[in-house]
Amino acid sequence: MKKFFAQTYLWLLLALLYAPIIIIAVFSFTEAKVLGNWTGFSTKLYTSLFSGGVRHSLLDAIENTFTIALIAAAVSTILGSIAAIGIHNMRGRKRQAITFLNNIPMLNPDIITGISLFLLFVSLGVTQGYMTVVLAHIAFCTPYVVLSVMPRLQQMNPNIYEAALDLGATPFQTLRKVIIPEIRPGMISGFILAFTLSIDDFAVTIFTIGNQGLETLSTFIYADARKGGLTPELRPLSTIIFVTVLLLLIIINVRARRAARKQENI
Amino acid sequence: MVKQNNTIIKIEHLSKSFAEKVVLDDINLDIRRGEFVTLLGPSGCGKTTLLRMIAGFLQPDSGVIIMEGNDISDVPPHRRPLNTVFQRYALFPHLNVYDNIAFGLKLNKVPADEIEKRVRKALKMVSMTYYEDRDVNSLSGGQQQRVAIARAIVNRPKVLLLDEPLAALDLKMRKDMQMELKEMHNTLGITFIYVTHDQEEALTLSDTVVVMSDGKIQQIGSPIDIYNEPVNSFVADFIGESNILNGRMLKDREVEFIGHTFECVDEGFGEDCAVDVVIRPEDIYIIANAENAKFTGTVKSCIFKGVHYEMFVETDKGYEMMIQDYNAFDVGSTVGMFIKPSDIHVMQKERVCNTFEGKMISDTTVEIMGSQFECLPCGAKEGDDVIVRVDFNKVELLDNKEDGIVMGEIEFILYKGNHYHLTVLTDEGEKVYVDTNDIWDKGDFVGISVSSKDLRITKRV
Repeated sequence: MKKFFAQTYLWLLLALLYAPIIIIAVFSFTEAKVLGNWTGFSTKLYTSLFSGGVRHSLLDAIENTFTIALIAAAVSTILGSIAAIGIHNMRGRKRQAITFLNNIPMLNPDIITGISLFLLFVSLGVTQGYMTVVLAHIAFCTPYVVLSVMPRLQQMNPNIYEAALDLGATPFQTLRKVIIPEIRPGMISGFILAFTLSIDDFAVTIFTIGNQGLETLSTFIYADARKGGLTPELRPLSTIIFVTVLLLLIIINVRARRAARKQENI
Repeated sequence: MVKQNNTIIKIEHLSKSFAEKVVLDDINLDIRRGEFVTLLGPSGCGKTTLLRMIAGFLQPDSGVIIMEGNDISDVPPHRRPLNTVFQRYALFPHLNVYDNIAFGLKLNKVPADEIEKRVRKALKMVSMTYYEDRDVNSLSGGQQQRVAIARAIVNRPKVLLLDEPLAALDLKMRKDMQMELKEMHNTLGITFIYVTHDQEEALTLSDTVVVMSDGKIQQIGSPIDIYNEPVNSFVADFIGESNILNGRMLKDREVEFIGHTFECVDEGFGEDCAVDVVIRPEDIYIIANAENAKFTGTVKSCIFKGVHYEMFVETDKGYEMMIQDYNAFDVGSTVGMFIKPSDIHVMQKERVCNTFEGKMISDTTVEIMGSQFECLPCGAKEGDDVIVRVDFNKVELLDNKEDGIVMGEIEFILYKGNHYHLTVLTDEGEKVYVDTNDIWDKGDFVGISVSSKDLRITKRV
């Protein structure tokens, strides 16, 4: 009996959490303009999403979102990894202070980050657009990369850097042949994290995107919803994004579990 | 026999401090080509720092390291013709055994077929043939250390540095590896510089042992010299077991200790000179018949140690001696003892009393060790620079460190048969030597106090 209640509670909770996304996913397979009307199974929304004839600006927004995410994730992975190596080699109070400074942007509400970046760009006289969104995304993604690379560095035997130098590697060769292979799992997790954060972001993007007509998915949907009624193609799109993010999360988890198992074997 | 040009590494006046703490203090050392040199000392003596400086991972504050005539002090580690075996192996976890060993050769652009030949040869040398495709994380500690050694020797370095390479292995494995290392040294013919805190390992492996303590070299010599002729009580205490006793050299070949006069083989100390005497526990002959013995005693304890028995005997004059013998004697029984003249090792005393430099604050106050001590009027005036001497047994140690005039930490304890000789390091970094019957532990914090009548003050000129 006790088990029955526990099970029910669990499923109820999961249903509450996932009901909205499941509803969207289900109704993405019907043609009805209004969400909630079932007019029979159809994949037309999926085809019209990609044929581009209906909503060209939506495809543009998707493209922008993904290119921005890729650039931001790549750059912040490089910056974050370098920063993590630097922080790792610091000692005592200095290290504590920098780690603390690295954590603040993550705890800071996105809206504040967005407003401050907006004010920064305005005061510097930078025209806002694609470039400013990329810069803003790099800014808020980098600390997460630092956070995911740091544990790999801490696990590393401190002597292996010296061992590589000892065997004749220059400091740069050591970085390339020993340090980076060692922290690569952390860098990959950091990249994936940065990528999903960037795709997901609305608050920072809306403040830095400017008024040149540039749209990302989140700003497009926001504008679309405010114009009255959601474009039906958003349903298959949401479903695709959800599945993509789900896949990425599964990859991260599998990698983490594999790394943990490898650790145990040592 | 030793020619000047045979020196491969010459270390001159090397010093290093970390945040005020002196780790290496004016080290001078010559290492010959092909020699097996061991840097031996307790943890914190500076031996690893010295090794890391030779490897190039640390920069000296002053002094130079000369290798084959060239000053390499400023040469970065990757350009030094030497390789290191690390204590925690430091294998590259993302590479397999083969690629770990080939790492240095690939960097040096050695042709692929030669790399393969040399890696296989190195693997054979460390008895790890057929392991080349294994993941290094799947190897045992001993196997990892073998790979680490192979990775270093495959580059044919002129000097191989080994930083406590066997410390993480169990006893049996350690013994086997010791023999293999010694054999490897003979086969390769290159210079080995080996760091260890294990005196037995040092004696077993080395051509030359460098005993270090407190950032200074205490003694350099062959294992036999170090064991039989320690230069001071630190070396005698650190290498093997020993009885270290206060003695007096009465004249050449005659020394007095534990209340008896012994014939010895040492000369040139002068007459009636205070010395330290070292007797190895296996050098005391013990017999049941007390009548014809040199001195007698009562057995206090007797423990079986495998090959021999280890006994503590209280002598007729109240000194405790450690004796090792193949025969066991009953606890409580009276025994007789002999020592051969050649087994008595006499050492110059490093000091006979504490000596401090100080300044008079008033007629009856003197400042030494950064604090003010009351003293008796001695003729020295306010502001005079003075030398203050205090006998070892006149220094009082107090349990509560706040009760003393100066605070300190017990750094080193030496048992001298009937009392303890302690080295106490004060907060100001000065050393105070204390003779006491009380039992203290290393690392205890104590208060140090000296009564006014025990300060012997003379003016400094």
